Amino acid sequence: MVLAAACWPLTLPASTTGFPLQDADTDVANLASLQRGARNFANYCLGCHSAKYMRYSQIAQDLAITENELQQNLMFTGTRIYDPMVSAMPPEQARAWFGNAPPDLSLIVRSRSADYVYTFLKSFYDDPSRPTGANNAVLPQTAMPDVLAGLQGRQTARFESKPDAEGKPVQHLVGLDAAAPGEMTAAEFDGFVRDTVNFLEYVSEPAKSQRRSLGVWVILYLLMFLAFTYFLKKEYWKDVK
Amino acid sequence: MPPERPNAAGGRLKAFGVWIDERFPMSALWKEHMSDYYAPKNFNFWYFFGSIALFVLALQIVTGIFLTMSYKPMDTEAFNSVEYIMRDVQWGWLIRYLHSTGASAFFIVVYLHMFRALLYGSHRKPRELLWIFGVLIYLALMAEAFMGYLLPWGNMSYWGAQVIVSLFGSFPWIGDALVQWIRGDYFISDITLNRFFALHVVAVPLVLIFLVVAHILALHEVGSNNPDGIEIKKTKGPDGRPLDGVAMHPYYTVKDIYGLAIFMLLFAAVVFFAPEMGGLFLEAANFDPANALLTPEHIAPVWYFTPYYAMLRAVPAFAGTQVWGVLVMFGAIVLLFFVPWLDRSPVKSIRYRGPIYKVALMLFAATFIMLGYCGMKPPEQPFKTISVIGTIYYFAFFLLMPWYSRIDSHKPEPTRVTW
Repeated sequence: MVLAAACWPLTLPASTTGFPLQDADTDVANLASLQRGARNFANYCLGCHSAKYMRYSQIAQDLAITENELQQNLMFTGTRIYDPMVSAMPPEQARAWFGNAPPDLSLIVRSRSADYVYTFLKSFYDDPSRPTGANNAVLPQTAMPDVLAGLQGRQTARFESKPDAEGKPVQHLVGLDAAAPGEMTAAEFDGFVRDTVNFLEYVSEPAKSQRRSLGVWVILYLLMFLAFTYFLKKEYWKDVK
Repeated sequence: MPPERPNAAGGRLKAFGVWIDERFPMSALWKEHMSDYYAPKNFNFWYFFGSIALFVLALQIVTGIFLTMSYKPMDTEAFNSVEYIMRDVQWGWLIRYLHSTGASAFFIVVYLHMFRALLYGSHRKPRELLWIFGVLIYLALMAEAFMGYLLPWGNMSYWGAQVIVSLFGSFPWIGDALVQWIRGDYFISDITLNRFFALHVVAVPLVLIFLVVAHILALHEVGSNNPDGIEIKKTKGPDGRPLDGVAMHPYYTVKDIYGLAIFMLLFAAVVFFAPEMGGLFLEAANFDPANALLTPEHIAPVWYFTPYYAMLRAVPAFAGTQVWGVLVMFGAIVLLFFVPWLDRSPVKSIRYRGPIYKVALMLFAATFIMLGYCGMKPPEQPFKTISVIGTIYYFAFFLLMPWYSRIDSHKPEPTRVTW
């Protein structure tokens, strides 16, 4: 029955615009990737976004970083090791600057999916009509500026006109094109975003790796238990004529 | 047995047993319900789910107790406290996943257990009251699950409760007052959360435990049905024991532990490798905290309620009210109480029934699953039409049963169980 339930179509949250999501291809067991992701998060995200359920000390423990290394490389806000990752930006001012307080990212991968965050971070494009000068194909009218433009380079959007249900032409975003190069190649940038999303996936459920590795042992134990119970049952039932 | 030595440990234990028996019917209860309770020897796969349901109930109570130690039923703290359990409480993530997976597992097991009754006529005379206790357990379980789902205070918790509670508002005259009485407020609020917590952790579990005891007592009073749908008490040996029966203990205790091992394997596979079950057991929108100003894109109840949700949506509003859908939804559950009297077949088990019931029951199972699927989908075509047809079939299956079960052909029942 569990197998039958597993075969149901997965209700993964797709981008509301219908813009196709790309496979984030994350792996929370990859410590090197998580460490790079943590560095990326501290340098590029934490300025505005918090991960208020995530404690630094837990990161040090799970990602095999010493508390010293962590303090030097990830902790810029004068917080202590047992504190959670809270951005130094006051939410009231953020609201005044962006119109919206930047959301807490503790659970973003669980509420949106890794693919969503991955594609979102790669899908900013130039849009002079926006106050930040940038728009996003996955989340149109996002208040977030294109903070990774320096790494990725700038992109422009390609639109096609398609008739809607009433026959009126509507502009549909069909693709993004590179307009100006950034510091990274496309492959390097994909890796950068993948590591960052991988870290966010870890942050959304710090026990995930432990859960999976422990699960293997639990299943092995239960298989043994099943064999014992099967033979016990057989032994008793052989008398039943 | 070796002769007993007066001061040996076994002798002392026995003396202690006698001491208790003089004050409490310990051995008598053990005999009545375990060592001298005779169950048919021909139980098959479908007979595992009763003991598994009991196991899941125990699991939910134990994990629930540990969750309450760290959970805070307060609108500003509930969501935080769940994440605290997931991150800071030792093994908190495991306890929580056991509880959340246990909720869905409970319904899977109970649905299979109920289907077994329809397969082999386990609700038929003399087991009508046993069935009624069962349906009451199912109702209590739905109340328990519904209120438990509000507690994580995620956005789907919030809006799911909002939608379901507001259904009561469609009742004429008393609707608004009724909804306010349930919520204790003008909207789903801290007050609602607190009372749902009280009901979820104290009131409904007490009712559930009482009903489960009544269910088992009723079962042991009349004796178990079996896949042949015949009464093993009719053919007894000279010692007064049913010839086709085996003692509950040790035969069914060891067999049920074997069934439990298979269940635990599947259960562990979900807990450790897919606790969200692709959004079926834990929904993505519930990882956003409750927000009264932000409706999730698509509100649907958890999978075990969706067959009824599809029925609710299948009924159009007329005479200026939506109440008909609500009545149909509640009617679908109330109907279950009457099944023992709706079924007029001279035989109980599907093995000896004619083609009409066989086809009708298989179609019913398919319809129920189909309705469940439609209930998860947005109210669009073709799901709307399928829901309407499904709802009609669901009611036809029960309401026409007195006729089709009577005219259906049947094979003669054996006098002894097939073994």
